[in-house]
Amino acid sequence: MPQRQLTGGRIRERRIALGLRQADLARDVGISASYLNLIEHSRRRIGGKLLLDLSAALGVEPSALTEGAEAALIATLRDAATAAPGVRPEIDGIEDLAARFPGWAEVLAERHRRVLSLERTVEQLSDRLTHDPYLAASMHEVLSTVTAIRSTAAILVDPREIEPEWRDRFHRNINEDAARLAESAQALVGYMDGAGKADAALSSPQDEMERFLTARAHHFAELEAEDPLPDGTIDALIDTAEALQSASAKTQGRAYLERYRSDALRLPLARLHDARAQAGSDDAASDPLFLAARLSVDPATVMRRLACLPQDPEAGGQTGPVGLVSCDASGTLLLRRPIEGFALPRFGAACPLWPLFAALNRPMTPIRRTLRQSGQHGRRFRTFAIAQPVGQTEYNTEPLFEAHMLILPLAQDSVAPRGPAQAEGPDAPREVGVSCRICPAEACPGRREPSILTDGF
Amino acid sequence: MSKRVLIIEDEPNIIEAISFILSRDGWHVDSHSNGHDAVSVVRARAPDLVILDVMLPGRSGYEILTDLRAQPETRDLPVLMLTARGQARDRELAERAGASRFMTKPFSNADVIEALNALVAR
Repeated sequence: MPQRQLTGGRIRERRIALGLRQADLARDVGISASYLNLIEHSRRRIGGKLLLDLSAALGVEPSALTEGAEAALIATLRDAATAAPGVRPEIDGIEDLAARFPGWAEVLAERHRRVLSLERTVEQLSDRLTHDPYLAASMHEVLSTVTAIRSTAAILVDPREIEPEWRDRFHRNINEDAARLAESAQALVGYMDGAGKADAALSSPQDEMERFLTARAHHFAELEAEDPLPDGTIDALIDTAEALQSASAKTQGRAYLERYRSDALRLPLARLHDARAQAGSDDAASDPLFLAARLSVDPATVMRRLACLPQDPEAGGQTGPVGLVSCDASGTLLLRRPIEGFALPRFGAACPLWPLFAALNRPMTPIRRTLRQSGQHGRRFRTFAIAQPVGQTEYNTEPLFEAHMLILPLAQDSVAPRGPAQAEGPDAPREVGVSCRICPAEACPGRREPSILTDGF
Repeated sequence: MSKRVLIIEDEPNIIEAISFILSRDGWHVDSHSNGHDAVSVVRARAPDLVILDVMLPGRSGYEILTDLRAQPETRDLPVLMLTARGQARDRELAERAGASRFMTKPFSNADVIEALNALVAR
């Protein structure tokens, strides 16, 4: 059924809701009732002035009647259909469903959006419960205090004789432990309240760094000058950053900014902008290896520079979203620039199938892979990864490696159907996860622990 | 002659309570509260049995136990591992590190005495 049918159906639905007859509405916009009837039954396309007149007469924005809104609804329904494992809804009937039952279709779409939102919350909370060092330490303290109270109380109620000095001592211990337990429990409840809010409760240096970089969209114009910086520029950035509170976060922030400055000197924005403009294609303009060869710098530097371009494309900035993740040789994530649709774990280890980790196995060998992430509804991403040595090369010393993975979204119209990933070729999408605990993939060779999505808590 | 147990735990009131009940039960009790030098303390004091907390300042109980199992004189030393969590993963880590027995906080005094007696009876 043609999609244009939806516009007519919306006009009809709105007219009836307002209690207007076809003849009245037709007269208001200067057309015949029979012509309006054809429009409402999708026998005639409308647009331009007539659409504006109809939307004004019906008291709605034109976009509420046009295919833009309908396309968004249909896209959401299609997403909902592909996200239902084991169910085979009638994909061909989506437009028909939206046209004949717009209210129910909207309910379905809204429920799907709600599920996505809740899944994200579960991911964040589970991630935190499993790997958050602050939470682990707090839980340990609470349970240790409870243990001390239980053990001491059991001694005091034991009918066996106990010396008065010991009794007094245990009474004092219980009193101290009870006060400590109250404080710990209060702090933990406050923390857990914050944990439910994605951006609330800065809890770890990593959280503080992420907040710091997000607030600046990962770009620091102050560090881009090709002339020497005024003394104290980096100190000032650190000192005035509200997000950086702990000493550890400030140390991490300083190291990040020092590397940023070093990258900016090696690869100024203007040079990167020129190379991208002359690349000849969008693919080449975002290909780190191609740009690295053109600019005579290493690919990891290009990746970091692409991930901190200014927002304004006119100023040589981003033309689309960019994600970046870095890790050290132990696989610990050092830097995360999130990108919508490709989730990065906040704490703990990531999916071992990411090319980021494959790069560590083959240092200095660039990898290009197309990925889609389980639970992200078929979105595909082009990723580039490479592991490079850190610091100066020295004789008879094993170098330390650091890996980077640049993540770029592929066009939405190239969303792949769900099902087993194609296995061959660098452009065949490979299915990866976020981290084992929140990954629904079954029979994965990289699985370290059961998933709460398939096995429950 | 009473058996000697070394409690490696950073919570002083737990040490005090367990020391009391074990002493009353006939054990000679010693304690230590730091992970850094726990391995050398075990070797120096040579207890018959160790109660080892997982989360310690300096080093985790898993690391300490792994080191103990790597040394001939402490390879077979009975170790009761204490943790504040009880998830399957923690039990698996404790077993992999070589724990003789595993106990989750909060535990009862009777559980501790029963576990220790079972370990020395082996």
